[in-house]
Amino acid sequence: MGDYFHDYAVFAALIVVGGAVVGGGLAANRLLRPDRPTREKLTTYECGVDPVGDHWAQSYVRYYVFAYLYVVFAVDAVFLFPWATVFSLPGYGGATLAEMFVFLGFLAAGLLYAGRKGVLSWT
Amino acid sequence: MPDLLVIVLKLLAVAAAFGVLPLLVGQAEHKVMAHMQGRLGPMYAGRFHGWAQLVADGVKFAQKEDVVPAAADRRIFKLAPAVAIVPYLLVLLVVPIGPDGQVAVDLGVGLFFALAVMGVGVIGAIMAGWASANKYSLLGGMRVAAQLMSYELPLVFAASSAAMAAGTLSLPGIVEAWRWYWLPWQAVGAVVFFVAGLAELRRPPFDMPIADSEIILGPYTEYGGLRFAFFLLAEYAGIIVLSALTAVLFLGGWKGPFLETELGWLWMLLKVFALSFVVIWLRVSYPRMREDQLQKLAWAWLVPLALAQLALTGVLKVAF
Repeated sequence: MGDYFHDYAVFAALIVVGGAVVGGGLAANRLLRPDRPTREKLTTYECGVDPVGDHWAQSYVRYYVFAYLYVVFAVDAVFLFPWATVFSLPGYGGATLAEMFVFLGFLAAGLLYAGRKGVLSWT
Repeated sequence: MPDLLVIVLKLLAVAAAFGVLPLLVGQAEHKVMAHMQGRLGPMYAGRFHGWAQLVADGVKFAQKEDVVPAAADRRIFKLAPAVAIVPYLLVLLVVPIGPDGQVAVDLGVGLFFALAVMGVGVIGAIMAGWASANKYSLLGGMRVAAQLMSYELPLVFAASSAAMAAGTLSLPGIVEAWRWYWLPWQAVGAVVFFVAGLAELRRPPFDMPIADSEIILGPYTEYGGLRFAFFLLAEYAGIIVLSALTAVLFLGGWKGPFLETELGWLWMLLKVFALSFVVIWLRVSYPRMREDQLQKLAWAWLVPLALAQLALTGVLKVAF
């Protein structure tokens, strides 16, 4: 258990290092840079003309179906990792492998279904 | 405490690699791209073939004004570059460069950790796209999200194929288990992993989210100065991380034809640079893919191929 926390302490230390690198760069930037904001400079960039309408425009998110598909598959995929470390150990073998094919079958069927429903073709 | 000293040295090494390698790839891209297109590329900075071009760029970036648009969501806008770049630094923590513990942290779930942290990097670009309050940025951010969702899946499947073949999630463990016959056995997985990783980095030909000719620079449109430089640096750090992970998972990391113990780091470095060269080569060779082509490549090709690779890995692993 001690080792476990030790590894993540190093990880936390590296986050601090990363923060220091980025923060240090920006601090140096603060010392070196000019700061002369004007109203024109701070407007939203829209190819040189005055911005039109609201910036957080509503749009049709065409790929929301892909998002569903992804969530379904990704949740399944997470279980692959613990399974991958043990499936070939003695005592698992054939049955465990067959289970994987059930799993792959489900995913493939899902993908096929989505494909046949026309979800994957962009119109 | 010598233990603490070792850790500090390893952290310094990781930070140094993070500072130097992306710049080398960046410079290589300048020169390789130029020569592939019949140009010379940077020639002046540093006198000898423009070797100091990126240093000069860095100095320039550090002096530029930090403009935050009035309409932007200030705090998120300013935080986004850090979120984009720090994860790639963290991944380097678990990448082994040689045998016998030549890795900063031998994490038991190293592969899982690397994939999870790499995913966080993409969130930085989505944050930038949303917080800029710019229509182009918003579109770009949405495309980044779409790309992440489509390509994360083949990436994860291909990576777990390597984990299955090795029987462990620890990256040094995977290299330890690697044998030459993995090359044909895991070839499909390797290609899927590399291509999906490229798409996740938004490198050409998968650079629809930042397509400069139609949505300016996507999520980075409103950025300038050092914050923009951090996004650029994140892209090159991402190339290093992707190349390193591909080398570790599929090409045997520090393993080489001879002197593995002594020269392990050199083999690893060679593979990383060779793969980075391929990344640059692909950028020069292929035109940008359209959004629907991107989605089609992921769902109609990469996901089924990755599933097939999983089946192949499983069957052969149990059979032998």
